[in-house]
Parts: sequence; structure tokens; C-alpha cells
Amino acid sequence: MSETELKRTPLNAAHRQLGGRMVDFGGWDMPVQYPAGVIEEHMRCRTRAGLFDVSHMGEIWVDGPGAIDFVNRLTTNDVTRLIDGQAHYSALTNPKGGVVDDLLVYRFAEEKLLLVVNAGTTEKDWGWITSHHTDADNCALTNASGDFCQIAVQGPDALGIVQQLTENDLSAIKYYHFTEGWVDEVESIISRTGYTGEDGFEVYAHPKYAEKLWNKFLETGSYGSAEGILPCGLASRNTLRLESAMSLYGHELDDDITPLEANLGWITKLDKGDFTGHDALTALKEKGLTRKLAGFEMTEPGIARDGYDVYVGDEKVGTVTSGSPAPFLKKNIGLAFLPVDFAKTGQEIRIDVRGKHLAARVVPTPFYKRPS
Amino acid sequence: MSNIPENLRYSKDHEWVGVDGDIATVGITDYAQHALGDVVYIDMPRVGDKFGTHEAFGSVESVKAVSEIFMPAGGEITEVNDGLNDTPEAVNNDPYEAGWMVKVKMDNPGEADAMLSSVEYEEYLSAST
Repeated sequence: MSETELKRTPLNAAHRQLGGRMVDFGGWDMPVQYPAGVIEEHMRCRTRAGLFDVSHMGEIWVDGPGAIDFVNRLTTNDVTRLIDGQAHYSALTNPKGGVVDDLLVYRFAEEKLLLVVNAGTTEKDWGWITSHHTDADNCALTNASGDFCQIAVQGPDALGIVQQLTENDLSAIKYYHFTEGWVDEVESIISRTGYTGEDGFEVYAHPKYAEKLWNKFLETGSYGSAEGILPCGLASRNTLRLESAMSLYGHELDDDITPLEANLGWITKLDKGDFTGHDALTALKEKGLTRKLAGFEMTEPGIARDGYDVYVGDEKVGTVTSGSPAPFLKKNIGLAFLPVDFAKTGQEIRIDVRGKHLAARVVPTPFYKRPS
Repeated sequence: MSNIPENLRYSKDHEWVGVDGDIATVGITDYAQHALGDVVYIDMPRVGDKFGTHEAFGSVESVKAVSEIFMPAGGEITEVNDGLNDTPEAVNNDPYEAGWMVKVKMDNPGEADAMLSSVEYEEYLSAST
């Protein structure tokens, strides 16, 4: 795919100006890292603040009296439990219980929900959702992915930075809650969510204000100073989420992986009533899982990468879904689906690192938990 | 713009070689370290190991990727830069000095002479990027 065919977020020029190294990410021209490098970006986000362009994410409005019932029927979490100004993590599932996509569901009002879905799956999700929608659902669907820029400010300093730019009392917004307000005089949705394991905010606004907000966050976060905010690319976004053992669609989740296997039982509310995949998931739960997502760390020098095989003795027992050095923990970590008997803390496993079977051990997840 | 010292020889796999008699010092180029990003681990051979020309003798791992390193001129490993175990970032910060990886006693020192000069390597880079 040539560069001109790639989709661009409204911050494309800003990334290039900052020296971002651009790559094709699921059809989007996105920065994988900036000149500071992935380790520095990762560490700064853990210790101060990191700034992320996540404008490529997809947004779908669901409006109308049937909105809650409709989304509740397509997703695993219980939408009826949301209150206005609250969001939750959820999964769109197929009849087999496999995950079509993972997403956030925001409740603006009883008749107004916003679904935020992955960039690479936006079209697939839109097709899936609309194909399960009829007039009888009594709600309207709008693919609003082009109507938003989304910028994440993450890290211990995030609240202080964003607070300087808004009248809204951000400390009053609980985790996984949001408010509509003004950030640097730009009408925004301010959501206390993120994909880094840190406290922080995701700010949604009209794309025409993307550069203004982005630059304001950099300026307010003292970008350029030793302790200042750093723009973070896809590489550090990935290592940050992996340390926090958050799933990445296409790796820990896909159409053939159920949320139960991926440790997402907590968003799978089988008692809420029927939803797509409910029966398959209920049957799986009753029968018991055969495989389960487990975290591991290497106990010999070497790095597990996505797709490497996992062994116990001479038997191949699984595959690494995500593997990487963990810059903050200074360990080499990974996630893999393993037979449940082997997915237990302390289990010794071996990772086939390009022909060498290197020792690793199953450990509890998340690997990293921010100090409270 | 990549740093390409004039006194070294280069491979199309982005290794550099510094020649002193029949001993070649081998590392990866500034271009290669930049493309890899932050280097966190280097899997290196042992002294006494023998490798043919173009054979993989180790690998460099960055946070994002792993890349094999190939022997530009075959021979026997006489020295390994053990310092890189503790400071793999030297490959990023100083690829041509502190970031050297191995010294090899070349079977055929003429092979190093046949590698790309700094000018040729620069042309190769600008043609391929």
C-alpha cells in the first residue's frame, strides 16, 4: 500500500513535525515512535505524562429509546448498569462467543450511547452492528468516526495538565466516567479512561481542533523539558498496555477467542439476559475452559515475540499472543493462551525463541500495577 | 542523515567492518540502529565459534523487533564485546565505537576489501530508502 492511500488523522502533520516515524498501522499512517524513542516515551508516561493520538479509533452513536436494549443485546457487559456520564469496557460477540471487537460504551443519556471501537475494525464493526439492527430496535446508528479527534493524556501528571485547560473539576470525574466540557475553549468529551495502566484522560473533540489541543497539551505539559510530557507512538502504547496486561484486538482477542478465555469474565455478564453469544459462553462456562490467557516472564535472557510457540517439556502447548521487553519492569514479558492446567502462576514453560527453547514462568497479571 | 565513517567497510545487511590485518571488528551501522530503535538485548556468539560469510552469528533485539546480524567476512570469533550485556544501548548511542559486537579472525581478509566503501554504502542507502 503506498503512502498516499493510507488514512491520516488530523494530527498527521503534527507527528511529522515532531519527528514521528510513520508506519502503516492497519491502513493508517501513524507514528510508531518519536525521536525520544520507545523506552523514554514509555518511562515518561509511567513517571510524568505521555500524549497519544488515538484519533484513528472509530466512534458510533446509538440514539433512541431502544439504544440501551440494542447495545445490551450485542455486547457482553450490562449496559443497563451504566449511569449518565459513565462508560464501560465491553465486547461485541458473535454467536460462538468469539469477539468481533472490544470497545468502550459511553452513556450520555438513556437514549444516547457512544461506542468507541478499534481503528482497524471500525468498518467490520459497523457492518456487524448494522446487520443486526432493524427498525424494531427503535434507535438510530451513526458512524461518526470522522467527526472526532481523540487525544489521550496519560500518566501521573495527566490530571494536572488537563486541569489547567478546563473549568471542569477533573478530580471529580471517577475512573471510567466522563463529562462534556471545554478544554482550551474547545467543546470536548473528557473521559477518565486510557490504555496505559496509568491515570489519565481521553479527550474527544471536533477534528478541526486536533492540532490546537495537541499543541496545547504539549505546551502545558512542558514538552521539551527533562520532566515534561512526551508524545508517545504506537510502540510505547503497545508496551504500556502489555505491562498492564490489557488486550490488543487481533492478538489476545479475535473472532475465535471468547472473552472468558481472555480473562474478561468481568465484562461478561451472563446473568443480564440474552445477548449474541450468550448461550455459547454459558455452555463454555459450565463445561469449563480448556485454554486461558496467561502472563509469563522470561527467566533466561531472550525476548518472546508475538507468534512464538510455547512448550511444556517437549509438548507444544500454546502460542505467544504478545511478547516484548517491558521497559518499566525491565523484564521480558508476554501473554499466551495455555491449557488451563498450565496457566497457573509458577508454571515453568519454555518459549521457542528462533529455535532455542528458553525458560519462562507463568506470573500473575497485570505485570504492572500503578502505585495507588 | 546517517553517520557513515570513511575508514570502515559496509555490508548490504547494514553491518560495518573495521579491518586491522586479518582481524575484523564487526558492528551494525548507524542506519541499522536507527531503524531498529532502542536496543535492549544482543544475542552474541562465543569466542572460538566459527561462521561462514553471510552466516547469522547473533541477533540484535530492540523493544519493537529482532534482527539477525550476519558475518560480513567469515572466520573465527576472537573477542566479544561483553560490555553490551549491561549497556546494549551503546549500539544506539555509539554504533561504531562502544557498540562494536565481535572481532573475527578472517579466513580470507580479501572479503573485507570487497565490501562497500563508505561512499558506496551511502549510495546504497539513498537508493534503497
